[in-house]
Amino acid sequence: MSELVLDAEALYRELLRGVQQLRTPDTRLVGITSGGAWLAERLQRDLGLAGEAGVISSAMHRDDFAKRGLSGAGQQTQLGFDVDDAHIVLLDDVLYTGRTIRAVINELFDYGRPASVKLAVLVDRGGRELPVQADYAAARVALPPAQALALARDEAGRFSFKVEGREP
Amino acid sequence: MLYKKNPQLNKHGELVHLLTVEGLPRETITHILDTASSFVSVSDREVKKVPLLRGKSVFNLFFENSTRTRTTFEIAATRLSADVINLDISRSSASKGETLLDTIANLSAMAADLFVVRHSESGAPYLIAQHVAPHVHVVNAGDGRHAHPTQGLLDMYTIRHYKKDFANLTVAIVGDVLHSRVARSDIHALTTLGCAEVRVVGPKTLVPDDMAQMGVRVCHNLEEGIRGCDVIIMLRLQNERMSGALLPSSQEYFKSFGLTPEKLHLARPDAIVMHPGPINRGVEIDSAVVDGRQSVILPQVTFGIAVRMAVMSIVAGTVRQAQDEREAA
Repeated sequence: MSELVLDAEALYRELLRGVQQLRTPDTRLVGITSGGAWLAERLQRDLGLAGEAGVISSAMHRDDFAKRGLSGAGQQTQLGFDVDDAHIVLLDDVLYTGRTIRAVINELFDYGRPASVKLAVLVDRGGRELPVQADYAAARVALPPAQALALARDEAGRFSFKVEGREP
Repeated sequence: MLYKKNPQLNKHGELVHLLTVEGLPRETITHILDTASSFVSVSDREVKKVPLLRGKSVFNLFFENSTRTRTTFEIAATRLSADVINLDISRSSASKGETLLDTIANLSAMAADLFVVRHSESGAPYLIAQHVAPHVHVVNAGDGRHAHPTQGLLDMYTIRHYKKDFANLTVAIVGDVLHSRVARSDIHALTTLGCAEVRVVGPKTLVPDDMAQMGVRVCHNLEEGIRGCDVIIMLRLQNERMSGALLPSSQEYFKSFGLTPEKLHLARPDAIVMHPGPINRGVEIDSAVVDGRQSVILPQVTFGIAVRMAVMSIVAGTVRQAQDEREAA
């Protein structure tokens, strides 16, 4: 296994600075379930924004439904604002193939027509299969496909990264 | 190998068909209800459609009439972006003498991916499920007196929505329990989900004492049956029961087993009243109860769409390996 060590807390502080620069006063934060939603929740607090960050799920628009079926009845999309004409910053923990982002953008458009959508992530691990890029990535690493990278959150709300061998 | 496996599940225990609630593991039922809750909000979106079944064909095969169930299945399938073909078989090939399996073979040749089947014969959906190709799924929309699993599941969804937990609930099912596939599916689902007490209430001709074997309490008196209940599920009294000498008259029935506002006071003040429809006002239930504040009959219909979306998307997403079938044979 890899010796790669990613300090998720340090990267989060980078992300906080990055999102600060991306956002305008009327920007809405929307986190992709589940890791991105944790990030958005904490950013909303740390940036002193009123209300709750949006949560968005890719489940309804995934392109591997025929292969994998409905991926867990996890957290659902919850956007507490009008998507029409909104400026949105999407947040995710790891940007990889770009397929989740494609699905999430479709999901977002089911709720309306945003004025703009930007993407900020903790880690861009390369390996894109679609023309999707992050507007801000706190780190860029190259990971072989055999490794899976996912954000974890402990009870105190602290972030860490798990690097694991992916099932073949 | 001589083992009898649940024909609804593949070897990984995933749902490939929905034929009955009986024997479904609790986790499977909970998974369906959880999935349904993610579909409830689809009706609130600007675009009331998700693409999960895009490019799939859902055939609604109704060998027995039903407007409501067929319509909610149709809405559910179209919200999942499937193509829906409605066949009123009771008026077509069956009347020309075609066998059930020939009908299915023909429709499969038209590239069906999912059959929603209602049939007056118990077990018809099983028979179909055993004969369809590995990529085809079957959902039972009511077979004979046997089962009506999506109604049972939407009833569970409704109860969970209003009462949160089954552990401390008392649920009364009132009316023609003997002939009701809804009652049977509800009883199986409630006991699997750990409901504290299930009562079946009705006259001896429609609620035989041996129903206690299903793990329910049998009551032949409405007042006693609904006292202290959290949930009352009223069943439709089918008119043909009157002619079958099982009941004296609908007026007589209403007097003993009709749910009126006065009788409803015996249940808990926050009790909910459910009914699978169609309602016979003044036969099994008083109009004032149907339209009253404790009635959740219309929310049941709305939740029914989400539950059917959940069932269809779950079975359609389950890979049923042909190998499984051969191993089981």
